[in-house]
Amino acid sequence: MSAPVSADLAQIGKSVVIKGELSGSEDLYVDGQVEGSIALKNHSLTVGPNGQVKASVEAKGIVIQGKLEGNVQASDRVELRKSAVVTGDISTQRISIEEGAYLKGKVDISGAKVEKVSAR
Amino acid sequence: MASVTHNFMKLFRGSSSGTQGEVQQVPQKLTRRSSGLGELARLWASETPLCVLDLGSTSPANIRFFTEKEHKIYSEDLLVASTEQGLLTKDEQGNVVLDSRKFLADNLLYPAAHFDVVLCWNLPDYLDESLVRPVMGRLWSVLKPGGMLLAFFHTKDAGPDSPCYRFHIVEKDILEMQRIVVRREARRGPTGAVHTAIGEGFRLQRVFNNRHIETLFRDFASIKFFLARDNVREVLVVR
Repeated sequence: MSAPVSADLAQIGKSVVIKGELSGSEDLYVDGQVEGSIALKNHSLTVGPNGQVKASVEAKGIVIQGKLEGNVQASDRVELRKSAVVTGDISTQRISIEEGAYLKGKVDISGAKVEKVSAR
Repeated sequence: MASVTHNFMKLFRGSSSGTQGEVQQVPQKLTRRSSGLGELARLWASETPLCVLDLGSTSPANIRFFTEKEHKIYSEDLLVASTEQGLLTKDEQGNVVLDSRKFLADNLLYPAAHFDVVLCWNLPDYLDESLVRPVMGRLWSVLKPGGMLLAFFHTKDAGPDSPCYRFHIVEKDILEMQRIVVRREARRGPTGAVHTAIGEGFRLQRVFNNRHIETLFRDFASIKFFLARDNVREVLVVR
């Protein structure tokens, strides 16, 4: 799946490696490697299928298609696609998990709404 | 004729898009009533938030079931974790075994007395011999006193090629069992390692008898057996 194209979307391509603290006030698509922390308070984060994130992550909405190792905190929603491999605890208001997604960690829902999305 | 052959092969290949390197799970689902789960259902109705550990495959249904009741759910697929290549080692006799110390250094890392409930499902039947006792010992320690563990065991009537299932909670005592049929190339695991193909799903390692099960759970305070018609023995133990 290729990265979405949007003028308001920052992208980290699959050959890019970043170590450190990432923060921003726009949506972010990560298809490369990020180690450290990612904070996008009122915006969304997407970890693409090639993305490898080793970081604590905080955003409004988080979609994971690749690999993420770290705690995940979303003020709105977390979505684990079928290719997601997540190791860490998830804290969010809503969560959607596709059949095939791998999670090793805790799920903590405030507002308790879990949507089941079948594999397509 | 070519199209008939094509359709025939498609039937046996299942509904895969043909992508290599993916876990092939033909959606064969059965439902069964679980007496053990029914016993645990009294706990789910509790107003006190529970801490639950699910040791089966990541199940959206199970996560939804517990979070809707405002319980905390931890998911950890120990069978997949046991297939990590880095666990292979040799014992004193030169036999290839799994390194249980390394396994426990990387998995089941929780504070002592943390969980109210542990759902083992069919884990003991399919887990490598070298890991069974160490894992049960670790589970004892992470369970709260009074905490409960549910496990399913095949009876002596089950064949050696008994299918391995994933378990999804549908209602308080109803499970949906989804057969894991083919594993062409396992998925990339949490450490990034790609698990090599292990043939037709997970193989039944052994069939426990009652005495073996009692020995396995000897450190627990009490044990209750539920025998079902589908050659499954459900065991509920209390720490």
